[in-house]
Amino acid sequence: MINVKQFKRTESKYIIRAEGLTKDYPVGEGHFRALSDINLTFSEGEFAGLVGPSGSGKTTLLNIIGSLDTPTSGSVAVLGREVSALTAKQSAFLRNRHIGFIFQSYNLLPVYTVYENVEFTLLLQKKNREERHKAVMEALDWVGLTEKKDARPAQLSGGESQRVAIARAMVKRPAIVLADEPSANLDAENSHHILQTMQQLNSELKTTFLFATHDEKVMQYLQRVISLRDGKIEKDTNS
Amino acid sequence: MLIIRTAFKNIIGAGRATWLNIAVLSFVLVIMTAYNGILDGWIEQSRRDTMDWDTGWSQLWQPNYDKYDIFSLPDAHGKTPAQIDDLLKTGMAAPVLVIQASVYPQGRMMNIQLKGIDPEQHILKIPSLSLRSTGGETPVVIGKRMAATTRLKKGDRVMIRWRDRNGIFDAREVRVAAIFETTVGSADTGQMWIALDDLYAMTGMQDEATYIVMQRESLVNANVGGWHFKDNDFLQTDNRMLEQSSRAESLIIFAILLTLALLAVYDTQTLSIFRRQKEIGTYVALGMTPREVTGLFTIEGTTYSLFAAIFGTIWGSPLLYWFTKTGLPMPEAYGDVGMAVGKAMYPAYKLTTITTTILVVIVFSALVSYLPARKIAHQNMVWALKGKIN
Repeated sequence: MINVKQFKRTESKYIIRAEGLTKDYPVGEGHFRALSDINLTFSEGEFAGLVGPSGSGKTTLLNIIGSLDTPTSGSVAVLGREVSALTAKQSAFLRNRHIGFIFQSYNLLPVYTVYENVEFTLLLQKKNREERHKAVMEALDWVGLTEKKDARPAQLSGGESQRVAIARAMVKRPAIVLADEPSANLDAENSHHILQTMQQLNSELKTTFLFATHDEKVMQYLQRVISLRDGKIEKDTNS
Repeated sequence: MLIIRTAFKNIIGAGRATWLNIAVLSFVLVIMTAYNGILDGWIEQSRRDTMDWDTGWSQLWQPNYDKYDIFSLPDAHGKTPAQIDDLLKTGMAAPVLVIQASVYPQGRMMNIQLKGIDPEQHILKIPSLSLRSTGGETPVVIGKRMAATTRLKKGDRVMIRWRDRNGIFDAREVRVAAIFETTVGSADTGQMWIALDDLYAMTGMQDEATYIVMQRESLVNANVGGWHFKDNDFLQTDNRMLEQSSRAESLIIFAILLTLALLAVYDTQTLSIFRRQKEIGTYVALGMTPREVTGLFTIEGTTYSLFAAIFGTIWGSPLLYWFTKTGLPMPEAYGDVGMAVGKAMYPAYKLTTITTTILVVIVFSALVSYLPARKIAHQNMVWALKGKIN
């Protein structure tokens, strides 16, 4: 069993590797196949997107990579570790240290201020106050929200909320950021703003960004586009 | 620490629901503290009054005497044991001779217990000094309940009839020298107190007694000269049984109040988990395990009771303190049912009772918070993140 304290990425050419990945959801007596025999790899620093219509399986794939869901068959290795073999504690550790999430509806903690929302993940890491403060202020600086650090999520616009979510995902300097429809609730200007921010962070910190989107505005920023349809890879611009 | 801090922030952020739960739980805590305080106060008062008016600290019973069997009385008298002569002389023990008698107020007849007691005794609060003989009359003292039943007033004369040691009926007019007021019904109802020497003369039972009342300082703690020693614990049996029955009532009331309050907490928790699905998913996405999130929600629910204890202390303390000053007025009739109840019951708050009440509320709050929260551990976090129930 892996000791969570010793969860270190193993040497691997790929930061994410999916092999023969299949995911079925039970529907009545039968099942619905959300993903079918997916084989994919992502390297460090990629800015890639899973695109496709609703129900194509992009969010499911993102959730499995983020160890929020498990595959029915096949395997996914993140940072060289088989995700489905991790215990709940190890999965939590993986998400806390190495994976940042950005959601369509921001998912900010409503009773916390902007600062506290960003700080939360570092508190889970038991970082000391000084380290936390430095990292949080840096993350808020990346997204241009230092002046809003004391605001509550209810006082922010959609664009600002999503920028807080980006700061929260990036504050721990994760290896991977999984962004599920990050621009879906934003207008064009805010969408471009957050994408430019993410692009900049990708190039500066070499963080791997993986999007699930069907937004044209996002697609134009992606270095690599993987098209999914009915749970299968239709096209991968990398191959 | 993070979980406690997060729980704290969440319940503060929950606003009205939090205040509702805290208010309801604090109400239960204060009510139960007041109720238990009254119960404890009454029990304490009842024990003290029973000792002061009826039983003393301990007693020695003539071997034939049975307090609960009136037919034992004709044979329940004997010479006081010589071993306690010193105690009798120093006033640390007081003999009481009890015989059956009849009283004839306004032409009616009532059976009573005629109790002979030394007018100089100071162990019981019976105003026995009024029994000192004055000018050939036979003074008696009675309690307020007895006075009400017989319609006798101070100074009234009334005929009594009794049997002497040979079973011969005799009768005499006695004068009501004093009417005393006591919370202890067993020293009042159906009782008439008379000077021991008068009763000796009336019955021929010189130097005899039915039981001997003793002070705590008498240090007698075993049978003496064939007389049966009855300790304070035994003499408080009636009070103890009443206490047990009252404690059971208190427990039932507490259980009902607590159940109602905990329903509010349970409701809030269930609704909270239903409404905060996305938040639950987010906690997990940020790196908490589902078990930790379960712990967070459980602590949130438990924190209500901790806040309730603080809030209840703030608003309840002045109220409970005021209560100790004014007491709870009791109806007159209460004293007639055998309980030693004063005009008002004064609560006595015991730290152990308050601590136990708070702990019970906290433990049960934790339990009802955990019950809905434990489902989180089995929840599909993908669905939770989407805010969909599964």
